[in-house]
Amino acid sequence: MIPAPVKHKFLTPGVIILIVIAVNGLAFLAMRFIYGIGAVTNLDNVTPWGLWIGVDVAAGVALAAGGFTSAALGHVMHREHYHDIIRPALLTAMLGYTFVAFAVFVDIGRWYFIWHPLVMWNGNSALFEVGICVMIYMTVLYIEFFPIVTERFIGRMNLPRPFGFLNKPVDRMLRYLDSRLSISMFVFIIAGVVLSTLHQSSLGTLMVIAGQKMHPLWQTPILPLLFLLSAIAVGFPMVIFESLIASRSFKMKPEMEILSRLGRMVPVIIAIYLAFKVTDLVIRETFKYVMVFDTAAWMFIAEMMLLIIPFFMLLIRKVTNSALGLFIAAGFVVAGVLLNRINNFIVAYQPYYDPVKYIPSFGEISVTVGCIALLVLAYRAIVMIFPVISQKRSEIIKKI
Amino acid sequence: MKNINRRDFLKTTAAGVSICALGTATAKGTDKTLPEDRIGILVDTDACVGCRHCEWACRKAHDLPTPELDAYSDESVFREYRRPDAGSYTVVNKFENEKNPLLPVHAKIQCMHCDRPACVSACIVGAFTKNDDGSVTWDTGKCIGCRYCMVACPFQIPTYDYDRAIDPLIRKCDLCEDRRKGGEKLPACVAICPNEALIFGKKGDVLQIAKKRIKRNPDTYVNHIYGEHEVGGTTWMYIAGKDFGKLKMPPLSLNPAPGISESIQHGIFAYFVPPVTIYALLGLMMWVTKKRKNDKQEKISSENEKEGGES
Repeated sequence: MIPAPVKHKFLTPGVIILIVIAVNGLAFLAMRFIYGIGAVTNLDNVTPWGLWIGVDVAAGVALAAGGFTSAALGHVMHREHYHDIIRPALLTAMLGYTFVAFAVFVDIGRWYFIWHPLVMWNGNSALFEVGICVMIYMTVLYIEFFPIVTERFIGRMNLPRPFGFLNKPVDRMLRYLDSRLSISMFVFIIAGVVLSTLHQSSLGTLMVIAGQKMHPLWQTPILPLLFLLSAIAVGFPMVIFESLIASRSFKMKPEMEILSRLGRMVPVIIAIYLAFKVTDLVIRETFKYVMVFDTAAWMFIAEMMLLIIPFFMLLIRKVTNSALGLFIAAGFVVAGVLLNRINNFIVAYQPYYDPVKYIPSFGEISVTVGCIALLVLAYRAIVMIFPVISQKRSEIIKKI
Repeated sequence: MKNINRRDFLKTTAAGVSICALGTATAKGTDKTLPEDRIGILVDTDACVGCRHCEWACRKAHDLPTPELDAYSDESVFREYRRPDAGSYTVVNKFENEKNPLLPVHAKIQCMHCDRPACVSACIVGAFTKNDDGSVTWDTGKCIGCRYCMVACPFQIPTYDYDRAIDPLIRKCDLCEDRRKGGEKLPACVAICPNEALIFGKKGDVLQIAKKRIKRNPDTYVNHIYGEHEVGGTTWMYIAGKDFGKLKMPPLSLNPAPGISESIQHGIFAYFVPPVTIYALLGLMMWVTKKRKNDKQEKISSENEKEGGES
């Protein structure tokens, strides 16, 4: 098994649908920049953060956690077995964080000052910590991805006519960078893991300052720990989820041997997460808010079930050995953590004065869904250009 | 928050304290000792007649579009509960008075200028400042428009220009910073108040006045100075003839609003010891596993290497 560019048609009916969704999102995005945030979103002075922060930023960061969990497993612990999933996970993380950074850019009112936190520091602010860590980690991800780019182009530089003379110098430069990077890459890999643990948890600290404005089912001082654990828990399911989608879309055989092993690790982390979550509910006696059975309670129950069900599913060998079973279980975990972030940032935010319950507008949803569509399209394009997805030698030769 | 009570929040705080025990670093910015002679302003809701002149003066002082003063005698605005917004940094609301239906209660709201402000702690670029005079002001030039101050504020005070695509501003009461710098002693609202419903002075003195008024008229006032202890104390304080919940003042914990958040934040970072430790541990783990792998590979014949990965 070696990573190679996927040979496949780019345009399929599914891809065309994605393009339509993306264009619709871009239209609303244009409106946001021309007429302001109020014109596109349902945000107001009572609810300053909505779908874009809850899903695009908070859930986006969590679902990109596969990058650092697989780097930790493959590179830090040197479990060679899992090397085939590192590159796709890295690409997901890289695109995911780019998507997150873009979402922040869209959501902040004075987007042209997005660089301010780099020079104007506030060490007390959880948001400052998240911002700085995400910026550095994104850079690290790009550096980690760079060898894949050099691998693609070294010895294969072939620029069109007028730039042909650049082939040799660029090739030499790539070789130089590649050799430098291969010596120092371990620094970035460890940094990537450390930065991830930091900002995944700080993302949880973010809502602690909202204090009593946040529903007690979610408001707890251990939020940073819960965010970190749930991010680690969703890392591998996300890798499994997209690996299975990719192999289906490109008509390749799923790498069941690796994915099943990954799947079997997930229940352990979910169990740790649930243990902390439930203990916290018991200690703070907040489980009584579940018995109320209002909207918040139901959302909480849904979130918990989406993690408890796959926990049991992934304990069963039959499930982890079948692509469909694994896909469903991984999908549950992904949905569970996604809902957890939505709950923490949107559902739980119930300020004292709250006359109109926030529901995301069509424009907000369009932008979010459109950006996700763009992300999938970029993923598809990149795996077709660069050696990201591991394939059997025979398969590669056959397709060429 | 409808169904949270103080006990819950204290529990939360207790747990938070145990977390921050992990990190020894203390919160800096918002923990500084405040000068004794900082400003305090008392709102005596019993003395307020709801003339809304303060609203007019506030707009005027901040160069906001201001209707004629006469227009403010229109009582119909009281039909709906109003909040400060981008066009007015203070508003007066009218509430029923069960004791005497002919004398409704009026309560002015604006930024409370907390002694331990959550916005100062939260702001990503540190645009907010707690000044020595007690006021909480901010530097618009730094603001990136992230609205985290709005998420953090326990009183839901900062507002945002949602309709402006370019240069949207965070807005709230700034205790007439410019006006007072220009030589005036009082904020515009206090200066114009015809009924001494707003009492401006040193915080200590104002508190004494509030206590005296309650003591002298125990039948009129409930024994609670809102803002004396709420979220660690505020510059603006209120006394009233009815429970503050009925005046739509949020029932808040007595702990400083940014407290737990900052403790966690400083616990995680504690002079960068935890991140550096994790880094060192991961590096060690990487080195050990790499060594083990190499040892293994030396033993195994080169057979497997044909299939092996790239590292």
